[in-house]
Amino acid sequence: MAHTATRLVRTGVVAVATLALTACTLTGNGDETAGDGTDSAPAGEDSSAADTEDGGDSGGTLTVVTHDSFALSEELLSGFEAETGYTLETVAPGDAGALVNQLVLTADSPLGDVVYGIDNAVAARAVGADVLAPYTPADQPASADAYDLGDTLTPVDMGDVCLNVDHRWFAEHDVPEPQTFADLTEEDYRDLTVVTNPATSSPGLAFLLATVDEFGEDGWQDYWRDLDANGLKVVDSWSDAYYVDFSGSEGAGERPIVLSYASSPAAEVPESGGEPRTGALLSTCFRQVEYAGVLAGAENPRGARAFVDFLVSTPVQEDIPGQMYMYPVDDSVGLPQAWRQHAPLAEEPRAVDPATVDANREDWIAAWREIVVG
Amino acid sequence: MAVVTGRPLPDRTFFRGGAAALFWVVAAAVPLVFLGTFFAWPVLTLLARGVMTDGALDLSGFADVLSRDRTWRVIGMTLAQSAVGTAAAVVLGVPGAYVLYRCRFRGQGLVRAFVTVPFVLPTVVVGVAFRALLTDGGPLGFLGLDGTFTAVVLALVFFNYAVVVRTVGALWARLDPRLEQAARALGAGPVRAFVTVTLPALGPAIASAASVVFLFCATAFGVVMVLGGVDYGTVETEIWVQTTQFLDLRAAAVLSVVQVAVVTLALAAATASRRRQERALRLQTDSLVRQPLRLRPGADLLPAVVTAAVVLGLLVTPLAGLLVRSLRTPAGWSLDNYIALGTTGGANALTVTVWEATANSLRAAVDATVLAVVVGTLVALIASRRPRGRTAKRAVGLVDALFMLPLGVSAVTVGFGFLLTLDTPPLDLRTSPILVPIAQAVVAIPLVVRSVLPVLRAVDPRLRQAAATLGATPGRVLATVDGPFLVRALGLAVGFAFAVSLGEFGATSFLARPDRPTLPVVIFRLIGRPGAENYGMALAAAVVLATLTATVMGLAERLRTREATG
Repeated sequence: MAHTATRLVRTGVVAVATLALTACTLTGNGDETAGDGTDSAPAGEDSSAADTEDGGDSGGTLTVVTHDSFALSEELLSGFEAETGYTLETVAPGDAGALVNQLVLTADSPLGDVVYGIDNAVAARAVGADVLAPYTPADQPASADAYDLGDTLTPVDMGDVCLNVDHRWFAEHDVPEPQTFADLTEEDYRDLTVVTNPATSSPGLAFLLATVDEFGEDGWQDYWRDLDANGLKVVDSWSDAYYVDFSGSEGAGERPIVLSYASSPAAEVPESGGEPRTGALLSTCFRQVEYAGVLAGAENPRGARAFVDFLVSTPVQEDIPGQMYMYPVDDSVGLPQAWRQHAPLAEEPRAVDPATVDANREDWIAAWREIVVG
Repeated sequence: MAVVTGRPLPDRTFFRGGAAALFWVVAAAVPLVFLGTFFAWPVLTLLARGVMTDGALDLSGFADVLSRDRTWRVIGMTLAQSAVGTAAAVVLGVPGAYVLYRCRFRGQGLVRAFVTVPFVLPTVVVGVAFRALLTDGGPLGFLGLDGTFTAVVLALVFFNYAVVVRTVGALWARLDPRLEQAARALGAGPVRAFVTVTLPALGPAIASAASVVFLFCATAFGVVMVLGGVDYGTVETEIWVQTTQFLDLRAAAVLSVVQVAVVTLALAAATASRRRQERALRLQTDSLVRQPLRLRPGADLLPAVVTAAVVLGLLVTPLAGLLVRSLRTPAGWSLDNYIALGTTGGANALTVTVWEATANSLRAAVDATVLAVVVGTLVALIASRRPRGRTAKRAVGLVDALFMLPLGVSAVTVGFGFLLTLDTPPLDLRTSPILVPIAQAVVAIPLVVRSVLPVLRAVDPRLRQAAATLGATPGRVLATVDGPFLVRALGLAVGFAFAVSLGEFGATSFLARPDRPTLPVVIFRLIGRPGAENYGMALAAAVVLATLTATVMGLAERLRTREATG
């Protein structure tokens, strides 16, 4: 009986402790939330004061909806907050494709005020679904005109998706490095290439579009049949291809040709300096352009416009390569040294009209699956 | 033996009649409201978008999607992977449950904690770890398993082995050994005694574990994506593609319905087999029945060898590969990757340091665990009742099945559903950090239920009747008869819920705010960036996550042992 009583007491204690813990953590979390909003948001106390004191035009929260690779220097973001009085909040619901789909789904009740990270492969869907409000920054750089997609989207940065090669492998095996798409179907390059799946990875889709550009809407299918017959490997994500199958980076992979970015070689410069161990095949590049825009129905449209202006301003444009591995759309700003030396953009990148992409994406991927998966 | 208090208490009116009824109403309402708001409503809203055209129901999508060859190939692949994966996990896991829970040997606690680690590792890390071993030129490349069906199944077993071992082990540890001893004394051989006495007694736990594993296999996402490549797409990966890449909600809705149907059939089969086998078992509340491991043929040699082979070959090898590679840097062997966890990565790949992300993960996991354990225990209490009325019986069965569904619905569907439904006050939670623990709790609740329920169900109802006859109020019956069993099962439930929450990636990746990423989210992000520094940090962070999980599971284990022997 005494034993039972002890046990009952213990059970009770556990129960009470659990309840206390519940209350404790949930409140803790609540406080933490409030605290975090101010602590980790760079502008700190100032902006939160602005938030509570004047929720009007010059203050309040500005919600940026972006993809999961968004990053800018803390100083720049806190500078923006200090200058405008807004408290920045970011939500990043997935990759660029998922981002646009969520914006379309929530068109009636927008996720935020401004979006950054819509790329040219999915841009037409966002425009077609009317999730964006017209806006063009007054001082949009002249070099951005080449990527103009109408008055709702502002080009911010870009990158080239290209095949990369492992220089050392080709030197050691005494095989010339491939130069063109067609080379990859040669016997010399059998079982050497790894790319990613266009249905699940955005570089994969970019590469498929590059081949559409090269061989035409009716010709790319034959090219992929030849590639497949020549021992092409397809994996699901960039990290998988680059780190596991590729011989030129961290993995002890077997394949010296991988689908990656024009900027990747800059990350492969040995610490001792010198030349990177990889290089990009600039004739195979598809240019991805990333856009920003004001969301239709934004609660803070003025702040949204200010943020778009901010993204094309020189300090942000200079910050982009180091933070997001993309090239600034403004060609007058300087690039990091490693990029100037080792990561040039393609001179004549591949492109497919965004509207054509939007109309055909699913059919092309379905056709691609038939060819490569069987 | 279990505690039966015979003395009537002075406050016998307390909890009688109306109060008891009120308790059960509340016990039922809390889980229903929670899962209704954070699961059923979002999922149904998203599905409705797929099957409604201009406000009218439009089912033409079914005919269209179901007439595609690809759909059937994907369904067939899902069933094949899940069936083979589940069978392998059960066949390998039952000997593991015996060795790790019925026997005792030095270092057992460590091994028990270790086998749970794979269960919570982010799939992207496991995928890379597995592929690094299996790829041509990798240490196991000669097996030729890269990109094969076998590789996917091996990875599914890698993840789910712990579910079988722990669920079956929890029951086995409390099974009265005298039944089997009696069979042996009456002349049955060890195999016969096992097959005719022990195995049927373990039936409910095995069925329970198998149904959970089947659900995990049928909804596996990352591991199939990474290891299966393009050839082994499943319903889950197809839903992800249709929703996040094509925004073809019609196709996604049809596939979701197919997925729920598959899962429901699996659950119904599991429930039916459980019903047939279920009986009140002779359970010990204290697991003092463990015997030393006897390593000789005819005794424990076979299960010990099987378990050692699985633990070393399937679990240790990929994790050891991960550890070794986390210590490799361009400059040679060093701890640099671990030192870098205090930074935000090469070229600021992250918004917070890995340690801050770890703190975020722990905070979210505590909240998710509390939510999941409270809601899950209430569900288990209800589902363990055995009412007399037919309708009530049905209702109890329905509750049991209903709360398993979160395991059978894609995280993408739940995540996108949240965006559609939680957008108006007081539930304007779309950008709130509390959404992360809530989503994790939804996933963890079925595991809590599965951990607690078999133990509660196996309580001999005569104990409750006896207590009631002797004058105990319903509340007191609950506290004194169910309570002691519940407390012991909770150790497992808390451990699982915490581990699931720490490792959850699918829903979290949609919901975590960029300024508060969790550990799996930063690992995913690091591994998606070029550069040796980021890759090394991702592996080091994965090792931290694995260590954290093993520690938590080890603590839960100790808590339970102390309770059980106290």
